[in-house]
Amino acid sequence: MTSVASGVARKKKFTLSAILIRISSLLIIGVAVYWLGLNLTKDPHQFAQVTINGLNNGLLYALIALGYTLVYGIIELINFAHGDLFMLTSVFSFAILTELFGAQGPSAKNYALLLLVLLMTMAFGAFLNVSIERLAYRRLRNAPKLAPLITAVGISFVLQWIGLRWVGSVPVNVNTVLPSGKYEIAGVEIAYKTFAIFLVTVPVLILLAYVVDKTKRGRAMRATAQDKDASRLMGIDVNQTITFTFAIAGAAAGTAGIMWAQTIGTVSYNLGFQLGLIAFTSAVLGGVGNLYGAVLGGLIIGLIQAYNDGLAIGPGQRWSQTMVFTILILLMVYRPGGLLGETAQEKV
Amino acid sequence: MSNNSAAAHTLATSNRKWAIGFTSVVSIIFLLNVFILPNSNTQVQRFFNAWFSLTSMAEIMIWVLMALGLNIIVGYAGLLDLGYVAFWALGGYVAGWLMSPFLSNFQINFFGNAREGFEFGIHFHVFFVLILGGVFTAIWGVIIGGPTLRLKSDYLALVTLGFGEIIPQFMLNGSDIGGLNVTNGAQGIGGLDEINLFGYVIGTFAMPEKFLMVSLLAGGMIFFSIRLRDGRLGRAWLAIREDELAASMMGVPLWRTKFSSYAIGAVGGGVGGVAFAILVGGVYADRFNFVISIIILAMVVLGGMGNVWGVVVGAAVLSWINSIGLVQVGELINNTFGTKFNFPSYQFLLFGLLLVLMMLFRREGFIPEARIRMVMNEDKTADEEKLSDETKIGHH
Repeated sequence: MTSVASGVARKKKFTLSAILIRISSLLIIGVAVYWLGLNLTKDPHQFAQVTINGLNNGLLYALIALGYTLVYGIIELINFAHGDLFMLTSVFSFAILTELFGAQGPSAKNYALLLLVLLMTMAFGAFLNVSIERLAYRRLRNAPKLAPLITAVGISFVLQWIGLRWVGSVPVNVNTVLPSGKYEIAGVEIAYKTFAIFLVTVPVLILLAYVVDKTKRGRAMRATAQDKDASRLMGIDVNQTITFTFAIAGAAAGTAGIMWAQTIGTVSYNLGFQLGLIAFTSAVLGGVGNLYGAVLGGLIIGLIQAYNDGLAIGPGQRWSQTMVFTILILLMVYRPGGLLGETAQEKV
Repeated sequence: MSNNSAAAHTLATSNRKWAIGFTSVVSIIFLLNVFILPNSNTQVQRFFNAWFSLTSMAEIMIWVLMALGLNIIVGYAGLLDLGYVAFWALGGYVAGWLMSPFLSNFQINFFGNAREGFEFGIHFHVFFVLILGGVFTAIWGVIIGGPTLRLKSDYLALVTLGFGEIIPQFMLNGSDIGGLNVTNGAQGIGGLDEINLFGYVIGTFAMPEKFLMVSLLAGGMIFFSIRLRDGRLGRAWLAIREDELAASMMGVPLWRTKFSSYAIGAVGGGVGGVAFAILVGGVYADRFNFVISIIILAMVVLGGMGNVWGVVVGAAVLSWINSIGLVQVGELINNTFGTKFNFPSYQFLLFGLLLVLMMLFRREGFIPEARIRMVMNEDKTADEEKLSDETKIGHH
C-alpha cells in the first residue's frame, strides 16, 4: 500500500536517494564482476570446476524455488514451511529407497527403483503440501496477512519435528545408487551425479513450464493468481486450482528432495530451514511469481554460493550463508521485483 | 465532582495499580528467596528450586522485556519481525565489549568495576552499558528498517529474518575480520565485570540482586509500553496497524512512524541482551538462533498482540514452560503414569502447533486487545461484499 501511495507522488523524479541507490548498486555489481574476473584470470580451470558445482546445486535450488514462486504467485503467501517440506521428502526418499528397498550402490535394478521412488516422493510431497493447505492455509485465506505467515512458521516447526523424529538429530549419510565416477573434459571433472541431476530436473522443469503455460489447468492457475473473484465468475474452481498449485509445488520439492539425498549424500532434519531460505532468495532474485525467474534465480544463487565457497580468492565457506542473506537483503533494497519480475506492488 | 476528573482518577489508579501489583510480585519472590527459603526445610527448598528457581524467574523477566520490545513492532505497528534475536545478540555483545577485558588493546575505565589484574579492556558502568546497548540496537533497528520498511509486509519479514541470521553468523565468524578479533567467535566473551552500584558490589552469582535488577528493567519496559501506546506515537502505530492507507490519508507519516516503531522496539531487545549477558556473566554466539526469534514471536502471539499484559503473561508462561515446565511436568506425568516420554524433545512440535492452532482458532491471543480482536477476525470478503452492496444502492 505504501508503494501505491508514495509511488504516485514521486514518479520519475531524480532525488538524491535515487541517485545514491543507482550509484551504490553499480558499485556492488562492479565489485562482484571484478572479483569473478580476478578469479577467472588466476585459475580458469578451477573456475570452470566451481561453475559446474554451482550449476549442480543451482538446479536443485531452482526446483525448490519453484514451490515458493508458484504458491506466492497464487495466494501471495510466503510458504515458510516449503523448505521443511523439501527436507521431509528427502528423508522420505531415504527411508523408502535406501532403507526399505535397500537400494544401495549402482545397478540396473536400483536405477529402476530410483525412478519408482522418484514418483513416490513426488506424490508424497504433493500429498503433504495439499494437506497442509487444506488443514491450515485455506481457513486463513481471508485473514490479515500476518496470520497465514505465522501459521506457515508454525507448520515449518512441526515438519522439522517430524524430521527430527524420523532421522534423529545428526545428519545421516545416504548410500547413493548413482555411480560415483567422473567424466573429464579438458581437465574439468563432471561427476555422473551431475548428469543425473540434469537428466531428472530439466524434464521436470520443462513439464512444469508446459503445464503452467499451455494447459487449461495452467491457464486457470494464472487467472486465479490475477483475480480470484473474476476467475470464479468465469467458472474456475478456485479452491481446486489452489490445491493443484500446492500439489505441483510439493511434487517439485519431492524431486529436489530425492535428488538431494542421492547426490549430496546426506539427509538431516534442519536442512529445510537453510535450503528454504536459499530457495526463497532464488525465487525473489528471479522475480516472485515468475516460473522462469525461479529457475534463473536458483542457478544464479547456486553459482554465487559455489564461487563464494570454492574460489581461491573469496570469503570462504563459513560466510556462505551470510552471502546468500546479504544478496536477499540487497535485492529487497534495490530490486524487490527481481530480475524478471515487475516492481512489487501490493494489491489494494 | 465532574466526569472529567473521575476519568483522570481511574486512569491514575489503574496506572498505579499495575505498578503496585508488579512491585509486590517482585518483592514476594525476592523476599521468599532471600529470607524464607534459606530458613525453611529442605523439602520446600527442593520444591522451589525445581519448579520456580530464582534463575528462571530472572530469565522470565528478560523474556518479558524482549517480548514487550517485539510487541512494539508486531503488536503495535503490525510489522512482522522474524529476526528479533539479532537485537538480543547486538545488545549482548555491547555488554561483552564494554564490560570485560576482551578488547585488550584499549584501556578505558568509565566508572567501571574491573576485576583486579584485568584492568585492560573497556570497563563502563552498567548504567551506561544499558543505555549504550539500547542506543546501539536502536541504530541497528534504523539500519535494518530504514531501507526495507517501504517493502510489502511479508518481504519485510524476510529481510528481518535475513538480518536475524547474518548478525549472529557474523558474531560466530567474527574472530577474524581482516585479522581483527571482533567477537571471539564461538567461544564468546566471558568474565563480564561485576556490577558496582554506588559501592555495593553485585557478584557474578548474586542471583537475588540480579533478579531485582532485571525486574526493574522489565517494570520500566512495561511502563514505557503502556505510556507509548497511549501517547501520540502509539496511536499512530495502532492506526497504521489497522489500516495503512486510511492512516496515511489522515496524515500519519507512514514511513517515519514505522521507522520509529522499529527503532524503539529494537531497544527492548538490546537492553534485554545486555541484561541477559550480565545475568549469565558473558555472551556466547551459538545461543542466538532462529528458534529464539520464533519463541519471542510466539510469546507475543500467544499472549495477545498489542496487549501489554497479554504479552507479559505469554512471555512468563512460555519462558517457564521452556526452561522448567516441559521437564518438570513431563517428569511428573512420567512418574505418575509410569510412562517414559522425553518431553523436552517435543519442544518443536509444541511451539509449531501452538502457533498454528492460535492462528486458526484464536488469532487475537489469550488475553486479547479489543481492537486486535476486531481486526484479526475481520473477513476481507465480507468487506468487499459490503462495498458492492453499497455501490448497488448507489446505482438504483
